[in-house]
Amino acid sequence: MLKREWIYGWLLILPALSLIFLFTHFPAAMTLINSVFSTPRGGKDAHFVGLANYERLIHDPVFWKVLVNNLWYALGTIPVSIALALLMALLVNRPFKGRALARMAFFTPTILPLIAVANIWLFFYTPGFGLIDQILGFFGFGQTNLLGTPSSALPAIMVVAIWKEAGFFMIFYLAALQSIPLQLAEAARIEGAGRWTIFRRITFPLLMPTTLFVSINAVINAFRLVDHIFILTGGGPGNASSLLLYYIYETSFRFWDTAYGATLTVVLLSLLCLLAVGQFFLFDRKVHYK
Amino acid sequence: MSGAQQTGRAIRLEGVTRRWGETTALEQISVEAIAGKFTALLGPSGCGKSTLLRIVAGLEEASEGRVLIGDEDVTARSADKRDLSMVFQSYALFPHLSVAENIVFGLKTRRVGRDERHARLAQVAELLGLTPYLDRKPSQLSGGQQQRVALGRAVISQRPVCLMDEPLSNLDAKLRHAMRTELRALQRKLGFTMLYVTHDQVEAITMADQVVLMNAGRIEQVASPHDLYERPATVFAARFIGTPPMNILPASALGEIGARIEAAAGRRLRFGIRPEALYPDPQGALEMRLTGGEYLGADALVQGTLGGAEALMRVPGQALAPTGSVLRLGLGAHDLHLFDADTGKRFELPQLASLTTRLDTPAGRPGVTTPLSNWKDL
Ligand SMILES: Nc1ncnc2c1ncn2[C@@H]1O[C@H](COP(=O)(O)OP(=O)(O)OP(=O)(O)O)[C@@H](O)[C@H]1O
Ligand SMILES: [Mg+2]
Repeated sequence: MLKREWIYGWLLILPALSLIFLFTHFPAAMTLINSVFSTPRGGKDAHFVGLANYERLIHDPVFWKVLVNNLWYALGTIPVSIALALLMALLVNRPFKGRALARMAFFTPTILPLIAVANIWLFFYTPGFGLIDQILGFFGFGQTNLLGTPSSALPAIMVVAIWKEAGFFMIFYLAALQSIPLQLAEAARIEGAGRWTIFRRITFPLLMPTTLFVSINAVINAFRLVDHIFILTGGGPGNASSLLLYYIYETSFRFWDTAYGATLTVVLLSLLCLLAVGQFFLFDRKVHYK
Repeated sequence: MSGAQQTGRAIRLEGVTRRWGETTALEQISVEAIAGKFTALLGPSGCGKSTLLRIVAGLEEASEGRVLIGDEDVTARSADKRDLSMVFQSYALFPHLSVAENIVFGLKTRRVGRDERHARLAQVAELLGLTPYLDRKPSQLSGGQQQRVALGRAVISQRPVCLMDEPLSNLDAKLRHAMRTELRALQRKLGFTMLYVTHDQVEAITMADQVVLMNAGRIEQVASPHDLYERPATVFAARFIGTPPMNILPASALGEIGARIEAAAGRRLRFGIRPEALYPDPQGALEMRLTGGEYLGADALVQGTLGGAEALMRVPGQALAPTGSVLRLGLGAHDLHLFDADTGKRFELPQLASLTTRLDTPAGRPGVTTPLSNWKDL
């Protein structure tokens, strides 16, 4: 009897299970396998090369360049977009006239596709005609080329990402803020706490689960969202604004070096796993779950 | 606690009004909570008790009027500067902080030194029996323990004024009874001014030095529990205090005597008689036709009509007479309450005693003097 139920249970989850294997585990395994084979070229089939692809990776200056770029990108976008999201959520959480409008305005960048966002910003950044140059020109400054200058291309890309992400994270903070009973802040006020103390000792700690959730998402997005690079810089100039995933795309689908692309992908996946696990442990002690 | 304890400060409200658009939650409230005493704000649900308390706390603004705490006008002062403490109905404990951190929260925000904090925490925890739970989170405590943590947070800072909004309503009957006694003792011991919101008359009557009875945003009566029971100022007060509520009867129910009293008063009156003030008496002037009864164990509740008006009487259990029979009843003169039929306000008639001689038997059973002696739910 017990055994029959056990089989029955497996049969029930079989459809979901097979989909997961087919579309998640199988590709991941294939990627891992591909990364120890050579890329099939012309008449030559793929053959086992061991860790040769990984060796090439270690000596690939472009890989290190995009990895460092990606780290700066993550370091720059994550804290700023989270802080901005929290600030916006706090702003639109209290009652004022036109609150619904403000909430919508903050949220709008999120519902736009990243490609559309990039197009908007392309208009801002365009040398000479762009909004930024027009404003600067009004005050008598010269022309800029933010996207075309190696030192400013990556920061310009980062600003777009922050602009897009903050509104999304704000929604989570707003929902979390509204689930905190008003009486907690009132009780704290009675006990002599000012606004800042209430935020520091009550609101912020109670938002910790949300911060954890949001920051894991932010980390993943920092490695996952590269759509705007296609529109804005194409990774240039000279890989100055290229990120790991963009490099993977170029390697695999522009140069058709699929084995090396798989190797890069394995590195990206391991990096993401490591970060997610690390974050759980880092936050775990400070997070209060109800 | 320690010698640092300040004595309570009086809370005075002057013409406090609170409106939300069309609705008026409070209308011209003027009242004083006496320094160092226990004042209960009593009234039915929705009468504005919480609103009034929140205005005193500074969590809500008054539309009109002034709030004074110990002669200082605090109307414009924010909640964190009013130097009072408050216990919320939901306790409002900080879920991410331990019991100890919850209790000393106010001391930390007011920058009390570490040693002093520890000393006071130990004292308060001892006083409230919380010592074993100091490291727990509020979610790991029972309702009664949480309630005591909220209490601890309120008393540790030794403020001169403490506000409580129905702090016992989430507890079961037995625990509520115990906490009533504890709270009362705590207030006496620490000597702060207590303003205590409740919709439970038993709570108000048993705990308070002074009861402020409210109805629909207005004050009905401010009196000691004893006076509230003995001399209700309005029909509402008369019916709100006491279980079962006081019988309110037209003059016709008292027959000839009723007519005589109305004539002497020169106005239409309503007559208030507590169910426990009536008693069977073969020579009594009142006649009650019994329509039903309820046996309650120690005593019984008799339903009947007095001159056509419905009335209740409380009698010792064994004296329950059969339905349909007619019973003669006696009544002490000072157990008869007169109210103006138009305004509902209490009406004093000095010659009442002489007008009601026939109500009284010669032996003259004394009126019910203590409101608590025959309350079932204590
Ligand atoms: N924020 C608000 N907006 C509009 N009306 C309100 C608001 N708060 C309270 N009221 C109204 O004011 C009146 C008094 O409310 P209050 O909460 O003071 O009642 P209460 O006496 O404490 O009742 P209860 O015993 O049920 O807690 C009610 O009629 C209520 O509907
Ligand atoms: Mg209330």
